[in-house]
Amino acid sequence: MRFAIGLAVAAAVILGATAVIAQQDPIKTRQHLMKENNDNAKVIVQMMRGQGSFDGKKVEAAFAQWSETAKALPGLFPESSKSGEDTRASPKVWLNKKDFDDKAAAFGKAVAENRDKAKASPDGLKAAMSAVGKACDNCHEDYRLSRR
Amino acid sequence: MAMIKKLVAAALVAAVLGLAAFWLLTIPATVPASALGSHTPDFVNGKEMFYAGGCVSCHAVPKQNDKMRLGGGLAIVSPFGTFYVPNISSDAKDGIGGWSEAQFVTAMTKGVSPSGQHLYPAFPYTSYQHMRFDDLRDLFAFLKTLPKVSGRVRDHDLRFPFNIRRALGLWKLLFLDGRRFVPDPSQSAQWNRGAYLVNGPGHCAECHSPRNILGAVIPNLRFTGGPSPDGQGGVPNITQFKLKAWSAADIAETLGTGMTPDADRVGGSMVEVVRNTSQLTADDRHAMAIYVKSLPAVEGEKPIAKK
Repeated sequence: MRFAIGLAVAAAVILGATAVIAQQDPIKTRQHLMKENNDNAKVIVQMMRGQGSFDGKKVEAAFAQWSETAKALPGLFPESSKSGEDTRASPKVWLNKKDFDDKAAAFGKAVAENRDKAKASPDGLKAAMSAVGKACDNCHEDYRLSRR
Repeated sequence: MAMIKKLVAAALVAAVLGLAAFWLLTIPATVPASALGSHTPDFVNGKEMFYAGGCVSCHAVPKQNDKMRLGGGLAIVSPFGTFYVPNISSDAKDGIGGWSEAQFVTAMTKGVSPSGQHLYPAFPYTSYQHMRFDDLRDLFAFLKTLPKVSGRVRDHDLRFPFNIRRALGLWKLLFLDGRRFVPDPSQSAQWNRGAYLVNGPGHCAECHSPRNILGAVIPNLRFTGGPSPDGQGGVPNITQFKLKAWSAADIAETLGTGMTPDADRVGGSMVEVVRNTSQLTADDRHAMAIYVKSLPAVEGEKPIAKK
């Protein structure tokens, strides 16, 4: 029992610390989330290419994480986070913050609306990913900078 | 006194000769109707050229969803001032509906308007000039099937001396070679098709290359990437210096779906490019990929250090 409480306390401390880091360094946090988005996309793309069998649980995990990212994104671009950490966020984010937030929300909506379909079958996954990919692009087009 | 008179006279003669030379050197070139011959338009090919050329990316009316309304109006901010993209819809009064084929071919290959004015190379005729006349005529026929949009777009707002259109004649002497695409017999038909699409209608090098102070692509640094057209971020190097790990199939996939080999997605203006290239035939995308995969590795300029 004592061990369990200790564990819970430790977990709470770690979680709290993560939250503090997130607040302190929104750039690192959003970069980490986007990296996770991409890691999950890799899993899904491999599945779609038949480089692994269709696995509804992995699909669910990816969609769950994307959903979390979509919710977190609008809060991760405070005025203080325009530069540093080699950020690829375009200055346009802060010129059109409302539109940026809307596009993050549209990404969340595409994820939510296609989640069940994606889990159900390989064909469903393919259709779902087309819709989710469009949401990615609609935001990246204006708000993510490319590099030479 | 006589000496001064002589000097003034000499200066005047030099000025007149200089102006005459300027005038002669900057005469806008045209393609005469007689150079075209008979032709039956192929609308399917015209549409393929339309998507290879990415016309909608600049000419679609901004902030509305119908990409086929080519009424123009987009503002392109550049170091030379702001360009306002013209109306190329089929409207006879404000668009190109009243143009002849020869006038269209002239605009695309010589960068000269029907009224005989030089067009600015923000319109990438530096690439389109390499296109075959038949392809241009098919494209023109296809464009004329698109909706009419009325309304003339305002003039460009450029700084002196860039606002002197006639001087573009000198720019063209330096940077417009006037060459049509010539296939390389030592390469496959597929590679040649790709080279044509990439360098002609596709005008990939216009963004994927650095430019000199006069705004012309630096030839030996073609495809090595450049600053983003809107001044934020950059456009990647697409030679084998950067794309060594990409197969031709990977490049074709990116052009088709916007997805990169590591399951990331293209961003910035490439999103709009992919909206066009995704409409091409798979064969054409693959040909482009074969050609891009063959571009020798060139490191290119170092990007300007970040702040």
